[in-house]
Amino acid sequence: MNIIICIKQVPDTTDVKINPETNTLVREGVQSIINPFDMYAIEEGLRLKEQFNGKATVVTMGPPQAESALREAISMGIDEAVLVSDRAFAGSDTLATSYTLAAAIKKLGEFSIILCGKQASDGDTAQVGPGISTHLDIPQVTYVKKIESIKNGVAVVERMTEEGYDVVETPLPCLFTVVKEINEPRTPSLKGKMRAKSAKIQLLSAQLLDCEADRLGLKGSPTQVVKIFSPERRKGGEVYQGPIEESVEKVVCAIKSLIP
Amino acid sequence: MSLIITKEKCVGCTLCVKVCPFGALYMENKKAVVRPEQCTLCGACIEACKFDAIEIKRETTAEADTEARGVWVFCEQKRGVVQSVSYELLGKGRELADKLGCELCGVLIGHDIGSKSSDIIHRGADTVYVVDHPQLKYFADDAYTAVLVRLVKKYKPEIILCGATSIGRSLISRVAVKIHTGLTADCTGLDIDAHKKILLQTRPAFGGNIMATIITPNHRPQMATVRHKVMKEAAHDPSRQGKIIKETFEDNVYSSRTKILDIIEDVSATINIAEADIIVSGGRGMKAPENFKIIEELATVLNGAVGASRAAVDSGWIPYSHQVGQTGKTVCPSIYIACGISGQIQHLVGMQSSKTIIAINNDPAAPIFQIASYGIVGDLFEVVPLLTKTLKEKLRK
Repeated sequence: MNIIICIKQVPDTTDVKINPETNTLVREGVQSIINPFDMYAIEEGLRLKEQFNGKATVVTMGPPQAESALREAISMGIDEAVLVSDRAFAGSDTLATSYTLAAAIKKLGEFSIILCGKQASDGDTAQVGPGISTHLDIPQVTYVKKIESIKNGVAVVERMTEEGYDVVETPLPCLFTVVKEINEPRTPSLKGKMRAKSAKIQLLSAQLLDCEADRLGLKGSPTQVVKIFSPERRKGGEVYQGPIEESVEKVVCAIKSLIP
Repeated sequence: MSLIITKEKCVGCTLCVKVCPFGALYMENKKAVVRPEQCTLCGACIEACKFDAIEIKRETTAEADTEARGVWVFCEQKRGVVQSVSYELLGKGRELADKLGCELCGVLIGHDIGSKSSDIIHRGADTVYVVDHPQLKYFADDAYTAVLVRLVKKYKPEIILCGATSIGRSLISRVAVKIHTGLTADCTGLDIDAHKKILLQTRPAFGGNIMATIITPNHRPQMATVRHKVMKEAAHDPSRQGKIIKETFEDNVYSSRTKILDIIEDVSATINIAEADIIVSGGRGMKAPENFKIIEELATVLNGAVGASRAAVDSGWIPYSHQVGQTGKTVCPSIYIACGISGQIQHLVGMQSSKTIIAINNDPAAPIFQIASYGIVGDLFEVVPLLTKTLKEKLRK
């Protein structure tokens, strides 16, 4: 069984700070990490690989420095890593990104399952996973919290909903986006870390993909960012430090005025 | 297509270097230089440059379909009930349609749901497109995508709005790819550019640290999702009249590769936190699972839902479906009460757009107090029960 896991390198948002003078993001010293949701996709991929004696390949699209995210995945036990990187991909929105990743996946040959995190922590769109499955014309199940069974080319999974979950059956090959509840990601082993250092990373540039040039990067992106600005910072109100009876009284008055 | 810096115009002020969210600009011989491999062409530097020294060279290949007309709202239904987020979108949709001088249309897909069309008209729609078929009773990615794509191709709307729910996000991403158009997720602001008559879509990025305004200039429809509670629900006007158009397609349009075997509702999460108007959340300060009882009691008095921080969920005190924050749900209730939650950024990004935030914590230096509308410094095990008791008395009157 071939399993493909799509990951994204993102800035560690807990590190992102605003420069109070310029009101802009301070990027210096901000760590790059694997998107937290993709860690669950990697772990689930490793579990499937172990259960079915398969092969797990991790794919990322990004600048050359995204290689470090791939090496981290290898240190967890991933077999192969692919970096989809080219100047031609710059400025991609979710449509161009999912098109490019789908083209890269086609290049990798047969597969049974594609796993993605439910969304990335920097963009939060949750659009690239479903985009990939649409470009590849395969079924998808989003927000998967458990893979119940896989046999005879059919998977049964639990899809998280607002009210609880649905049990969904799908033929393979298919794409799943996964939520945090699905597993607990492992930490890299020492052996894995050693292997990650020397592992070969496959590089896929635009030229190597079977794709149309005008569907890549900024040119292939229907959406355009026209303005970026700092949100109004929320200001704190009153903090009551006195006897709790008095504090509670004041807050109850406030709540009462808010409830129609 | 790339970022061009005109050397003659650059005065070396370094403003652009400072505003670049991606660290893609640097100074060389007192002139700004771009690192193309890091530049995402976001345009922040163009806004910042006071000397018009920076521009993005774009080549446009596509032309917008000028015949596209009308604002559409995908009206999500579950078990025959139209979800409240759809009414919120109809409110915003009406405003956009009025600015454009066009129709507002609702799209209703399901089975035995025809009677709901009038509700959608009462909430502001001029026309409702209804597709009713037994195979559409429950949401299915393939069938719902195929139906919506067929409707869009036939009637050519210029804007489609959809709730950023688990169904909405899965469906609309597929539809946008099939139609080959732009889609902007989780918009917090939607407006019409008065001159160009295009949709201005504003959304937070980087965990709410920056806001971006996004357009889809050359493709139609322009598509956007919006989360629960972000827009104000449209008023219900039973005197409104509108058209109902029933559409049917060939049988294969309704078929799906995936199949729902079972639907399970989590009884502990009877009130969906994404939809709740009041949320009472507990964090690390709750100390033990049984203590969540006092949170539940306060929530009950207020008719609200129970939320939790990641610390409480990771400790196994409460199921993940209650988690608010970056790896949980983003919520926007009118009142959010945080009990024993210190206010780490991961939690704040999930709740900081709540209208009123009340924080209860024994540490006066807890970051949650910096954003709370009202804060009480004190032991939550004393404060919360007292709050419940007092509210019970006051609200009864």
